[in-house]
Amino acid sequence: MSGVRVAGVGLTAFGASPERTGRDLFAEAGCDALADAGVDRDDVEALLYGNFMGELAEHQGHQGPLMAEAVGIDAPATRFEAACASSGVAVREGVKRVRNGESDVLLVGGTERMTNLGTAGATEALAIAADDLWEVRAGMTFPGAYALMAQAYFAEYGGTREDLAAIAVKNHDNALNNEKAQYQRAIDVETVIDAPMVSEPLGLYDSCPISDGAAAVVLVSDEFAAEHDLDAPVAVTGTGQGGDLMALHDREYLARSPAADEAAEEAYADAGVTPEDVDVAEVHDCFTIAEVLALESLGLCEVGEGVTAAADGRTTKDGDVPVNLSGGLKAKGHPVGATGASQICELAMLLRGDHPNSDAVADADCGLAHNAGGTVASAVVHVLEVMES
Amino acid sequence: MSDEDVADAGYDEWIDAVSEGEGYFLSCENDHGSLPPRRVCPHCGSLDIEETPLPDTGEVETFTITHVATPNFADDTPYAVGIARFGDVRVTGQLRDVAVEEVEVGIQVAIDVAETETTGDDLVVFRPQ
Ligand SMILES: [Zn+2]
Repeated sequence: MSGVRVAGVGLTAFGASPERTGRDLFAEAGCDALADAGVDRDDVEALLYGNFMGELAEHQGHQGPLMAEAVGIDAPATRFEAACASSGVAVREGVKRVRNGESDVLLVGGTERMTNLGTAGATEALAIAADDLWEVRAGMTFPGAYALMAQAYFAEYGGTREDLAAIAVKNHDNALNNEKAQYQRAIDVETVIDAPMVSEPLGLYDSCPISDGAAAVVLVSDEFAAEHDLDAPVAVTGTGQGGDLMALHDREYLARSPAADEAAEEAYADAGVTPEDVDVAEVHDCFTIAEVLALESLGLCEVGEGVTAAADGRTTKDGDVPVNLSGGLKAKGHPVGATGASQICELAMLLRGDHPNSDAVADADCGLAHNAGGTVASAVVHVLEVMES
Repeated sequence: MSDEDVADAGYDEWIDAVSEGEGYFLSCENDHGSLPPRRVCPHCGSLDIEETPLPDTGEVETFTITHVATPNFADDTPYAVGIARFGDVRVTGQLRDVAVEEVEVGIQVAIDVAETETTGDDLVVFRPQ
């Protein structure tokens, strides 16, 4: 089985660029990833591409070939959809293809164009990640679903809106020097608490923004990297995916994310590492409560203790395990189909030392990426490690 | 959004039954509850699932007050969405006959069907007992 290297990464700026087409966004990210890798586009054997709401945002299905063309790749292209985990599952498929020898060079990534829909339109588009019959028709929005989980968490384990606010404050702080981030400004707990409510107990600053953007990574086999003398020190050493019942009300726990527990367990075992080995993590904080559930599923916090991790400084830049040094979905932005791949980009840069926040984790050699779809009916976890050679 | 003239078989009959006070859920031999349309118990894979009367009273296990809605609920805000347990099954619906700020985890509710303000579409509602 071949090892899998992250040979190159490419990210557009995340934010509001409503006039930019999906194809233009992905062309930028894909071309940047190929240039970063130093890989000839003729060597790319397939594009694995994540996108969630292209039909609603751009009236565009069948995006795989469109995006391959945009990057100038003459190779088969397939779109993956798992709501906000769309490009996370694309990365996982890429890792498997390289490992099993099917491919030596793959372009993997994703795009979402959202802000052209406006807030109401994007809210409606995001809601389709939930069960249409049993959740959406009852008026459950995407923030509403996480608010139900937050309220259930408070009732089961305790925690306060101030605890959650500390997560948003931390992630904004981390994004201050990330020029690709949607928000590069500091906020305080009071700002989060006083912000307009979206779906109580979650307010505007508990929520990730609506974002446009694209991300891409070039995955290559160890052999290809060696033969072509690529500078690709970071490998994907573990991959895992978990699933759960679609509707929140059908799940055993309303305040936990067992699909991510499963994904993490599989990814840790695959890489041969444990939560204690993790030096840095990028987790799916679409809402502040989502970071709490992620930390507990990943084994970085005990169940019921994740809510205070940011407030206690355990996950801040100078904490035991810095979480979301990119700014996370909260401050970096969340173009949903791009998010999973963007986490791999950010982690690879953090580990290889060319991320604006690399100094915070200068000795790090193991990173974790956690990408979730819907109310975590889909979860994908990847382990990235720095290789000796 | 489906064409309003075309039914969603299984779901529409359930809505009609609840609005007539004859709500039901699907129950397998292991006492797992679920909602139609289904052919398989989502909890254990049993193919032997039967319509079973919903208990008259449920308990709200979590809720949220939504201020930013999709266009279909734009005129309904603010509204409270809750998940209530009725014996072996949970259901998601909106709280009615109670001020949104009065909603709490643990309140006892009955299930019913009402119409949304914005579109007049049917939706599941919970009324405090
Ligand atoms: Zn069953």
